[in-house]
Amino acid sequence: MSSRITLLLVLGGALLLAGLNLLTSGGHPLHVPTYVVSLVGKYLAFAILALALDLVWGYAGILSLGHAAFFALGGYAIGMHLMLGIAGRGQYGAALPDFMVFLNWKALPWYWHGFEWFGFALVMALLVPGLLALVFGWLAFRSRVSGVYLSIITQALTYALLLAFFRNDMGFGGNNGLTDFKELLGAPLSADRTRCALLVVTAATLCGLYLLARALTRSRFGEVLVAVRDAESRTRFLGYRPEQYKLVVWVLSAVMAGIGGALYVPQVGIINPGEFAPQNSIEAVIWVAVGGRGTLHGAILGAVLVNLAKTILTGQFPDAWLFALGFLFIAVTLFLPGGLMGLVRPRRAPEPAPPTPSRVVREA
Amino acid sequence: MRRAIDSIATSGDPRAPTILDALTAGRLSTRSNGAPVIRTDAGVVDAETGAPVPDATGLRPVRLNNAVRRTLEAAQGAIRLFAPDAATRAAAAEAVFKSRDANSLPALDRAIAAERDASVRTLMAQARAAALLASADSPEPDRLGAVATLAARGDLEARSVLASLGPQPAAVAVAAAAAVVSIDRMQQVWSLLQGAFYGLSLGSVLLLAAAGLAITFGVMGVINMAHGEMVMIGAYVTFMVQEAVRAHAPWLFGASLFIAIPLAFLASGFLGVLIERTLIRFLYGRPLETLLATFGLGLVLQQAVRTLFGPTNREVGTPAWMSGAGRIGGVTVTWNRVAIIVFAVLVLAALMAVLRYTSLGLRMRAVTQNRRMAAAMGIRTPWIDALTFGLGSGVAGMAGVALSQIDNVSPNLGQGYIIDSFMVVVFGGVGNLWGTVVGALTLGVVNKFLEPVAGAVLGKIVVLVGLILFIQRKPRGMFPLRGRAVEQ
Repeated sequence: MSSRITLLLVLGGALLLAGLNLLTSGGHPLHVPTYVVSLVGKYLAFAILALALDLVWGYAGILSLGHAAFFALGGYAIGMHLMLGIAGRGQYGAALPDFMVFLNWKALPWYWHGFEWFGFALVMALLVPGLLALVFGWLAFRSRVSGVYLSIITQALTYALLLAFFRNDMGFGGNNGLTDFKELLGAPLSADRTRCALLVVTAATLCGLYLLARALTRSRFGEVLVAVRDAESRTRFLGYRPEQYKLVVWVLSAVMAGIGGALYVPQVGIINPGEFAPQNSIEAVIWVAVGGRGTLHGAILGAVLVNLAKTILTGQFPDAWLFALGFLFIAVTLFLPGGLMGLVRPRRAPEPAPPTPSRVVREA
Repeated sequence: MRRAIDSIATSGDPRAPTILDALTAGRLSTRSNGAPVIRTDAGVVDAETGAPVPDATGLRPVRLNNAVRRTLEAAQGAIRLFAPDAATRAAAAEAVFKSRDANSLPALDRAIAAERDASVRTLMAQARAAALLASADSPEPDRLGAVATLAARGDLEARSVLASLGPQPAAVAVAAAAAVVSIDRMQQVWSLLQGAFYGLSLGSVLLLAAAGLAITFGVMGVINMAHGEMVMIGAYVTFMVQEAVRAHAPWLFGASLFIAIPLAFLASGFLGVLIERTLIRFLYGRPLETLLATFGLGLVLQQAVRTLFGPTNREVGTPAWMSGAGRIGGVTVTWNRVAIIVFAVLVLAALMAVLRYTSLGLRMRAVTQNRRMAAAMGIRTPWIDALTFGLGSGVAGMAGVALSQIDNVSPNLGQGYIIDSFMVVVFGGVGNLWGTVVGALTLGVVNKFLEPVAGAVLGKIVVLVGLILFIQRKPRGMFPLRGRAVEQ
């Protein structure tokens, strides 16, 4: 039931906005300006990130504070393709991207080769986050790093990437990142039609990933995953290998985040190291928490609502946004553990509250 | 012209420095009758007497070429060797050392004979050695002695003199080459020590930032993502104390940090108790939720400070006794860094003393080791929780006082330290103050030794990646707790 509503809202909403934007003219009362189309496209790209995060946090109990890193890596892959598409039309009119001309580089670094082809960039947008997650997850889950420790090292991971991408020598545009994109697959990025197409593609991708995640969580695999989340040792003693289940869902989630990033960059027109900032990853966690951890449609709802609030507040009352976000974190964790979805439908089995507000951790 | 300069310099006339200064500055001119005058800001004066010249017309400035300018510099150096001020004499000796002008040898010999200050005399002897080696007609034993003098000086300038000697007798050349090698070896040792000092300094900063976290996270197991904001508040307390001192009692400025330390401890500590009572106590046993809620709290505190004090950096002054730098052997030490190292040691000692010797510390340890037993013995565990959290936060506030001396005091101050602090605590081993010490110093020293090799940013990345791998090898840090407490 909820899945049909979600699909209808996401896909129908996107088609409606795109249609209103293209079929009506500027003065029409129902006209939707192009910036709104791109804004909603951005929200939906964030929703993909939230979906990815919910899969690992809501179903496998892995709180990642570095998921924006995978998102940004996917974004950089597409950004590199778009950057090479500028060739000859940049500030310096050179075949190399502007920032390389600025650094006095004579040729493309080896890792930029291949990104001329859209297909290659797309594969890289999936492969790079996936491989990083595979290596990181294999090391982490094998040695049973879990809980808070895992959260802290995921944060260190995205922080290290942040510092690395800030370096000009890395060859990813340093501080300024990649921007000034002109066209994608021959379609000018500034055109209304391209914007609308990107929104619809994002919405369709989100729906596809949603259905995939839903099928996964309802399968036997998903049930084991929830068992790992709730009682990892017990699951292990029953003969399962929790680290393998975690690794699979972790890599899948990273690839999903990469897809989100790849859809995000053409719509906002820029990718810079700021996307790796630990705060971005933590903000993504709050989207999931607001919507309802462990409900896939909740993650989508949370991402859209919180970002909508962010757009409105940062525009109207710039000072109020961080207060609002901060209090949102506190309020959701204290009063709304199930998120908004928890209000709609109370959890089937409420978690037993600790007997006293005591530190279970420390008790023998 | 050069002969004229030399004769002025060796004349001993009290007007000689003024004339040579005017010549350097391009203020020396000749009148139409050939008499030398000096153009000053007040008017034209006679160069020889200093008397004003009212009807100065048709002045032609005395022009210098490079050869003359070098002679002039040497001559000025020679004059200053006899200046009444020791610092001027020392500077003059250094100037001769750099110019290696053989012409100043007679002046140097006289100056060394007249010199009373031992350190200035050493400098002069070194300058004399450099000049001797550069001069064409000094005898070989003198040259060998000069090489020994320079080798004893042992710094990079002495090395460059020794490495760039002109044609020398064979024995002198051999001695000079040996001296260069020994200086190089000394320099390596010094640069190693300098790196160790930088590392120690960074380590002490990390230690200060992480010490409070070692209590809240290490001992209590509470993930306080607002820890950095406690540090930031401590820095702002320092700012406010200094503002008050500047406004009401400027003579107290030197002591302003000592006033700020207890106030910062109280402010952050009180806030910590408040946070524990209103937020964290509802989240015990749910570490991930604690992490999120305290992160939100951190955002609120940052924005509150930004609203109150503005988003820009605030100026926090450094008391005179802490500014400046000194040299210990070949190592340059800045006094504020030294003060922070000492402060970190004191804070840590005080923290350990509180935990070990006070009744509060005893209760804290009892509660963390066995909560129910402690409660059964009549310890009010909720209060101990609040006070422990307050203690950790207060230590963070004191760290803020120290960090205000080396970092920008802005609302984002704490953010820069939070990841590093967690890394230190996790690396050292949770629940173990000594582990935190070793963790902080290791990270500081490794970071500083990687910097020259890999660059500052890359060095930090290498350390972070190394830490990520380390935690995966040893998930409980270098010094894990053993026994029952480990089991979750």
